[in-house]
Amino acid sequence: MSAAKTNEVLLEARKLTRRFGGLVANQDISVTVARGVIHVLLGPNGAGKSTCINMLSGDLPPSEGTITFMGRDITGLSAAQRSRVGIGRSYQRTNIFPQFTVLENVRLAAQSRNQQPWRIFSKAMEQKWALDKAHACIEEAGLGKRADWVSGVLSHGEQRQLEIAMVLATDAQVLLLDEPLAGMGSDESAKMVELLKKLRATRGILLVEHDMDAVFAVADVITVMVNGQMLESGPPAQIRASVAVQQAYLGTEESFHV
Amino acid sequence: MNAQASLIFKLVALAVLACVPLSGESFYVELISKMLVMAIFAMSLDLLVGFTGLVSFGHAAYFGIAAYAAALLSPKYDAGNLWLLLPGAVGLSALAAFVIGLFVLRTKGIYFIMVTLAFAQMAYFVFHDTPVGGGSDGIYLNVKPSAAIGGWEPFDLGNGTHQYYFILALMVLVYLLLRRVLQSPFGRVLVGIKSNEHRMQSMGYLTYRYKLGAFTLAGALGGVAGFLYAVLFGFVTPELLSWHESGNVLLMVILGGMGNLVGAVVGAFAFEGMRGVFESWTEHWQLLMGGVIVALVLFLPGGLSSLPGRIRRALQGGEAK
Repeated sequence: MSAAKTNEVLLEARKLTRRFGGLVANQDISVTVARGVIHVLLGPNGAGKSTCINMLSGDLPPSEGTITFMGRDITGLSAAQRSRVGIGRSYQRTNIFPQFTVLENVRLAAQSRNQQPWRIFSKAMEQKWALDKAHACIEEAGLGKRADWVSGVLSHGEQRQLEIAMVLATDAQVLLLDEPLAGMGSDESAKMVELLKKLRATRGILLVEHDMDAVFAVADVITVMVNGQMLESGPPAQIRASVAVQQAYLGTEESFHV
Repeated sequence: MNAQASLIFKLVALAVLACVPLSGESFYVELISKMLVMAIFAMSLDLLVGFTGLVSFGHAAYFGIAAYAAALLSPKYDAGNLWLLLPGAVGLSALAAFVIGLFVLRTKGIYFIMVTLAFAQMAYFVFHDTPVGGGSDGIYLNVKPSAAIGGWEPFDLGNGTHQYYFILALMVLVYLLLRRVLQSPFGRVLVGIKSNEHRMQSMGYLTYRYKLGAFTLAGALGGVAGFLYAVLFGFVTPELLSWHESGNVLLMVILGGMGNLVGAVVGAFAFEGMRGVFESWTEHWQLLMGGVIVALVLFLPGGLSSLPGRIRRALQGGEAK
């Protein structure tokens, strides 16, 4: 990835709109994710952040608008196809294989890059490249000591780290992370923030997050959403100074101690 | 059960099974032959139910299609060639499973159960109500297929003992095949789909194709069982495709413990064994069978294959006190 230049736009969504019956969950949302940049989607509950990330990951088709990845239109691709082109996602509610070991969770993610489904007589555990990849990603996500644990018994924070390891094992260029810090203690949060900063160097990250301290600690760009619409988008300093954003958050001032 | 104890159990069981024909009791040889056939059938369904998370309620269709193929493709008064008939019958079952799978795998959960049942019922009525398979009386397979290759005949299916060992060998082969497949990258994906299909998709797996592969393979192996059934009993009826049979094989899998190949074999033996015992007591054997199954599901939800682990845990718990 030596040729990768920072600020290269990877994922670009233009005027995404999603309607559920009469409800407009997202209206004219435009966001970009560039390499080397952490873009945070911010907003109160019900603002449409999850709808937005679902449209970007392919879990939900947009009603209108287009999404491009490295210049290619991917609006019509399914979640699985988007994963294959290089968009990885983690979920708000932990979404792993709880009966499997940490290693198997990540090994499956690594195997997805070279599936060879017709090789039904070779042993998965003898595919060294997938195992090596899995171990490297587990290490990178800070779970090195847990590789052989059954993932269902990990702490909540460790399961979130596992999700990151799984996304990394798919070689994703763009990481869509839905509240990776939710429910974490302050120690775990701090570790995750460090991890995100490290991952930013070679990838583009779009983050949905509530934890204000963390948001301002990692964000390069913040997009504030309210009622399914973009209120303001820009660098943290601009968001901090924005009167519109402060007004939108008036009711929940205590959670917005800037 | 730890790996060593499990291996010892399998080898002892295999040794016991290999000794059955030495008894010279043709009744038992035929009974156990049938159990082995059902064990293949149950293992093939376990690939779907226990490992991929697809509860098929129409698996008898693939069993029945191969059984009918064995009878219909054989010459009427002459022995067919086993080495052509077996792949032919299994191929037809696989083809049927592939085509039906294309449709049913678009559904999930309760809909999947109902749609697999619906397709199996369609297959049932093809043989029941059209002249293709002799209607509700079924048809005979008059002469068992010949295993001759050129002039050399390695074994004779007309001989009960030879036939028994042929079926036993195929059961072991199917077991080893499925075990190997489940260790492959393909098999790991199936188990991942059972655990969390949505996550598999978001990691880039086109899960529909994997499920179709599993459905086809399960249909083919169900066909192996159906073919052997036709050879063993020499006649086939539409009842082989009926929903009762689909239900019975599902019960075998549940009885033995889903997601465990040895469990499927044990379940098939237990089911057929109980059927034999209860039938000798009363014609309302299904009432007794139903009671046993309800009790088992209530008190041993992991099936018979979870018994050794439970006993061990109970013993260890006792020691700790």
